[in-house]
Amino acid sequence: MTLLEIELKQLRQAIIEMMALAKKQLEKSKDAFVNMDTEIAQEIIHTEKRMNAMELSIDRHCENIFALFNPVATDLRFVIAMLKINSDLERIADYADGIADYVIDIDKSFSKDILNAVQMNEMFDIAISMVNDIYVAFDKEDTALARKVFKEDAALNEINANASKVISEFVKETHTLFRSSLYLFSTIRKVERVGDHVKNVAEVIIFYLEAEVLKHKKKK
Amino acid sequence: MIMRIESIKNYKMQEQANAETRPYKLATRNVNAYYGNKKVLQDVNMQVRPNTVTALIGPSGCGKSTFLRLFNRMNDYIDTFRKEGEIIINGIDIYRKKIKIEELRKTIGMVFQKPNPFPKSIYENVAYGLRIQGINNKTTLDEIVEKSLIQSALWEEVKDDLKKNALALSGGQQQRLCIARALAVEPSVILMDEPASALDPVSTSKIEDLIYELKQHYTILIVTHNMHQAGRVSDKTGFFYLGELVEFGDTKQIFTNPKNNKTENYISGRFG
Repeated sequence: MTLLEIELKQLRQAIIEMMALAKKQLEKSKDAFVNMDTEIAQEIIHTEKRMNAMELSIDRHCENIFALFNPVATDLRFVIAMLKINSDLERIADYADGIADYVIDIDKSFSKDILNAVQMNEMFDIAISMVNDIYVAFDKEDTALARKVFKEDAALNEINANASKVISEFVKETHTLFRSSLYLFSTIRKVERVGDHVKNVAEVIIFYLEAEVLKHKKKK
Repeated sequence: MIMRIESIKNYKMQEQANAETRPYKLATRNVNAYYGNKKVLQDVNMQVRPNTVTALIGPSGCGKSTFLRLFNRMNDYIDTFRKEGEIIINGIDIYRKKIKIEELRKTIGMVFQKPNPFPKSIYENVAYGLRIQGINNKTTLDEIVEKSLIQSALWEEVKDDLKKNALALSGGQQQRLCIARALAVEPSVILMDEPASALDPVSTSKIEDLIYELKQHYTILIVTHNMHQAGRVSDKTGFFYLGELVEFGDTKQIFTNPKNNKTENYISGRFG
């Protein structure tokens, strides 16, 4: 194994760890939000610091590889990909952290009816499944699985597009507190953004494995 | 400022497009080469457009230097050397019997790995090839020496001391002097065999800048072991392995997405 290969292996391992942690943060954010569990929310906020430290460490690692090893071809695409994935994973964890902040801020649980109406559980489940898919796709270098998330992202977008209508009707009918409705809408928006970042990661995995640029193209 | 950058970019793209449509300057057809019974090049076909830089890369003993020296027939000095196939410059097979080697070498300059100036003055080094051609008129020589030293980016450093012995120059200056000497006889092709491998980073950078400048007027083939140098200076790259031209294509493509696994493994330092 060359020195560069050892560095790339370590970088890959760091990204796998970060993906696992981002997934865990997202799963916890679902539990915290659906059950209004402030203890879990505190855990998320605490772990977010670790995510930030990991992001900086991976950035530095990529910078060192560029400067010291001048990677080319697949190696070059791999390091570029890790740099981008790193940033997307950090954003995913940021959204989980943001949702945890809401949980601590909101003083009252949402009713099951409104959560069902906006398909909140379903949204979280799709987003978690997407993160899991890219985790496995990256680990197994499986571009077919990476491509699967494009459809899942479309499902998230659809739920998000309906959310404002569903929430405004619900507020009208039930006179629910306006402020908590805003929190709900923002949470939906955050989970939808998680889907966008997972999609970016999938594109980047395909880029480094197949040298194909999918960004800003219609996905098949 | 942005408009200026855009116009330079457009100009470069246009230049590239023009270069892609010009007739080939150099070409080989089904070239095999042997040292005695040992086959060192195997069925090599390559076509090179004028005013381009082509890098030849590959591990030691892969045949890239033999291939380079086909174009000025330097391999002919090796008794056991023989070749099959055609080596074409400007549409003419340079191994035809009618071709005079001295005439051929006027159009093909060569720069070697180690700077090899003559133990003469800077001026005489550059004028040497011209004097051999019978040019002794001082004004003509002065003009060509100055022009060649300007082209090789050495003029500013030596213009006040052209009588200085060339061996007193630094390694990087000596190499640029050798390039000036090659340019003085007005070749149309320059062959470079690891021209910067013995130089420090600053001198290497100067030689690389020079190669970029020179391609406006010359067609350049360069053998290099420095992958990043190949990436920086060349338009096309050919990867040789065990005498075969494994892959030949745009340098950007070779260094970002090579088609052949051997190329990928070589350029990424996994073998060679």
